[in-house]
Amino acid sequence: MQFMLLFSRQGKLRLQKWYVPLSDTQKKKISREVIQIVLARKPKMCSFLEWRDLKIVYKRYASLYFCCAVEDQENELITLEIIHRYVELLDKYFGSVCELDIIFNFEKAYYILDEFILGGEAQETSKKNVLKAIEQADMLQEEAETPRSVLEEIGLT
Amino acid sequence: MPAPIRLRELIRTIRTARTQAEEREMIQKECAAIRSSFREEDNTYRCRNVAKLLYMHMLGYPAHFGQLECLKLIASQKFTDKRIGYLGAMLLLDERQDVHLLMTNCIKNDLNHSTQYVQGLSLCTLGCMGSSEMCRDLAGEVEKLLKTSNSYLRKKAALCAVHVIRKVPELMEMFLPATKNLLSEKNHGVLHTSVVLLTEMCERSPDMLSHFRKNEKLVPQLVRILKNLIMSGYSPEHDVSGISDPFLQVRILRLLRILGKGDDDSSEAMNDILAQVATNTETSKNVGNAILYETVLTIMDIKSESGLRVLAINILGRFLLNNDKNIRYVALTSLLKTVQTDHNAVQRHRSTIVDCLKDLDVSIKRRAMELSFALVNGNNIRGMMKELLYFLDSCDPDFKADCASGIFLAAEKYAPSKRWHIDTVMRVLTTAGSYVRDDSVPNLIQLITNSVEMHAYTVQRLYKALLDDISQQPLVQVASWCIGEYGDLLVSGQCEEEEPIQVSEDEVLDVLEGLLVSNLSTPVTRAYSLTAIMKLSTRFSSVNRIKKVVSIYGSSIDVELQQRAVEYNALFKKYDHMRPALLERMPIMEKTATNGPTDIAQTNGETDSTILDTKHLPSITQPASQANDLLDLLGGNDVVPVIQTTVPTKPASAGGELLDLLGDLSLTGGPTPTPAPSVPMSQPPFLLDGLSSQPIFNDIAAGIPPMTAYNKNGLKIEFTFERSNPSPNIAVITIHATNSTEADMTEFVFQAAVPKTFQLQLLSPSSNVVPALNQGSVTQVIRVLNPQKQQLRMRIKLTYKYFKSHNKGSPVQDLAEVNNFPPQSWQ
Repeated sequence: MQFMLLFSRQGKLRLQKWYVPLSDTQKKKISREVIQIVLARKPKMCSFLEWRDLKIVYKRYASLYFCCAVEDQENELITLEIIHRYVELLDKYFGSVCELDIIFNFEKAYYILDEFILGGEAQETSKKNVLKAIEQADMLQEEAETPRSVLEEIGLT
Repeated sequence: MPAPIRLRELIRTIRTARTQAEEREMIQKECAAIRSSFREEDNTYRCRNVAKLLYMHMLGYPAHFGQLECLKLIASQKFTDKRIGYLGAMLLLDERQDVHLLMTNCIKNDLNHSTQYVQGLSLCTLGCMGSSEMCRDLAGEVEKLLKTSNSYLRKKAALCAVHVIRKVPELMEMFLPATKNLLSEKNHGVLHTSVVLLTEMCERSPDMLSHFRKNEKLVPQLVRILKNLIMSGYSPEHDVSGISDPFLQVRILRLLRILGKGDDDSSEAMNDILAQVATNTETSKNVGNAILYETVLTIMDIKSESGLRVLAINILGRFLLNNDKNIRYVALTSLLKTVQTDHNAVQRHRSTIVDCLKDLDVSIKRRAMELSFALVNGNNIRGMMKELLYFLDSCDPDFKADCASGIFLAAEKYAPSKRWHIDTVMRVLTTAGSYVRDDSVPNLIQLITNSVEMHAYTVQRLYKALLDDISQQPLVQVASWCIGEYGDLLVSGQCEEEEPIQVSEDEVLDVLEGLLVSNLSTPVTRAYSLTAIMKLSTRFSSVNRIKKVVSIYGSSIDVELQQRAVEYNALFKKYDHMRPALLERMPIMEKTATNGPTDIAQTNGETDSTILDTKHLPSITQPASQANDLLDLLGGNDVVPVIQTTVPTKPASAGGELLDLLGDLSLTGGPTPTPAPSVPMSQPPFLLDGLSSQPIFNDIAAGIPPMTAYNKNGLKIEFTFERSNPSPNIAVITIHATNSTEADMTEFVFQAAVPKTFQLQLLSPSSNVVPALNQGSVTQVIRVLNPQKQQLRMRIKLTYKYFKSHNKGSPVQDLAEVNNFPPQSWQ
């Protein structure tokens, strides 16, 4: 995978993950173009389209478009499954995820994505394991933050 | 300073902004606050500030001032800081930034951290955006982690290794030992990433590929794993719609494809499992189809047995009937890849494919079109063409050009009859006329001239089409060319194929003149129609009308038209005796390869019918596009025989010398006065070894004695010879004309003709005045190609004006045969 974009029906970017090195201006340009092309697609059309030398695989979930750009030799159908798996992970984590969850917790969305996909390839095919890892990392984050308040609580600071 | 606002609050605030300007204002305010907070080196809130910055960055605002802060966060000991820091690094810092390298040390430390989640963060960051330098520095650490027993880290290390290899391919070797027992893992994450790593290595290096095939016995291992996945019972952890770990299955199939490609043993070892997967996989959901798709791709790529291949194509055929568009799309794509190798099997699904032409989805239509063209053959041409023409009618403009070209190609290869071919071509021209490629016009003209018996029918149909619609330029061009050529057939009303129409000469001329004045006609089209009108002067009786039209355009603003009109005028006035011969019917054109020259016997000056027997074609078919003219100059196609190379006979043209160079575009097929400062016109390559270099006058070196070709009335012409080195079949003759009389000979023109087995090229003369009393000479170079090594003979014609004392200068003309060529010049 070269990049993944999540955007709303109005074309607002909610998440962008790039697996190839590009400058900021290039990224902006590409995002704009791809968003435009995907939003122009009619509902009955197939989920794949050719763009430059890549294949764009996209799927709409409620108000969000999930869009991946893969190389020519990739299996488009399994890419659809990858997208679906990511949505399932978000759903499990946030509990019936909606666009607002991703807006307000974008950093968590990134963390989940980074536990599922690394360098453009899936690193873990078990839903359970991905969620477990995120859970543990979240706990670690909380532990790092709570000691202070505990100490403060008992007045030792 | 008050605590910076929380991330959520910022997001909420920004979302309340009603206009872009309002949003920008809020952002700017917050950025300022963040900046000053950064300046204060505040550790507590750095994390929060960077998170806010990342949010604003996603909205499209600049965030580069946060880059160093990300580094500080990464270096911090707190996990929260690291998490945001690494995220920020991945979003803001790519390998183009200078600060990128500063991360290397932090990542190195974190790769060895005691907490696996920290290690995970650094592996992830390295694997997503590590630069080549970083990869080089840290490859060792990654390799170490690849051997750890911690599966959480091992899987990440594997993908990190993939990234390292992509960035620095030379490092591939160092990961080889660690791959030894990767596949004996139980953990699916590790298995999946290991297969990805092995795939990357095999794709990049043929040595690795053979190593894995032979030494590691990779195929049996993979087959075993795949078998377990299929046969094992329900595994809740990896189940997707009843299929166990489809991601791993697909990856294994892909690796098998690479291992089996071109290798008999490997292919054989996987035949069974492929058949098993192909038959047992559930096809009701996308997952199952994804696996089947990958299986089909693998079967087609390896050396599979024919039964398996048929199975694969049948799967694709079933895909084509699936309701799901995506499935149909991948089926068409795969069939396109296999149509060359398994043509017959794919043919069986032809009707389904043709149905896909009517699909609403653009990508599917395009695939179906390409596939349809690949499936056309002699048997199905009529039926397929009907469908394709219908498709051409109704498809998007983007498709029309490709479709039209495809139809032309198919028609050319498989046309069952000439009439069918012409009908098809006409249909394309009338429906998608403006989208056909430029080179189709000359190709079509060639096709038409070749079908001699269809001339009357063709010109009649084209005429009728013109009456309907003159907007489609290629159609108009072909039509006007045909009317010019076969106008006599048109008015005489002979047509065997269909009901002949009654049309008078005036009506035809009306139509052609209409083209000249219409706004819809491009300059190229106008040129075609003017020439067509001119040609009709020998076929029709209303010559006066034609003369009038031609002379009107002598002052046209369009230089191309003007030049033609002027030349044609000259034909009427000075060269009327030549006109019938020049405008005679075109000979049948031979099919030429696009860039190949045809045999052209280039003769000079002869205006009798011997010239017209020659075939000089591609140029004739090109008069239209001016863009091609320059190509002609640069040695493209061949050209009308070069006759004279002097200017004076040419009526003054306003275009100037430059445009004269483009002058030989006449369709008339006969010699036209071409300007002198030529341009050695393009010649067949075997005559040409360097366009303009004249051979050095060096007969002695060549060892062939000079000879006197002509000596009469004071005019003496000597030939000196030289062999052109690169091509021994070419004799280069330089003529030297000297004048021993007391008066100059002006407007001296030397012309030569050779028998048909030779080819001749005349370059420009040094001048056209032969000074009196041998004070100088006119030299001119002739190149003769003599492939059959026959005895060289030449007929020459000399014309000049001779100034005697009492009159202005009387024209002198003489013909002579030159037979006394020394044997060395042609042996």
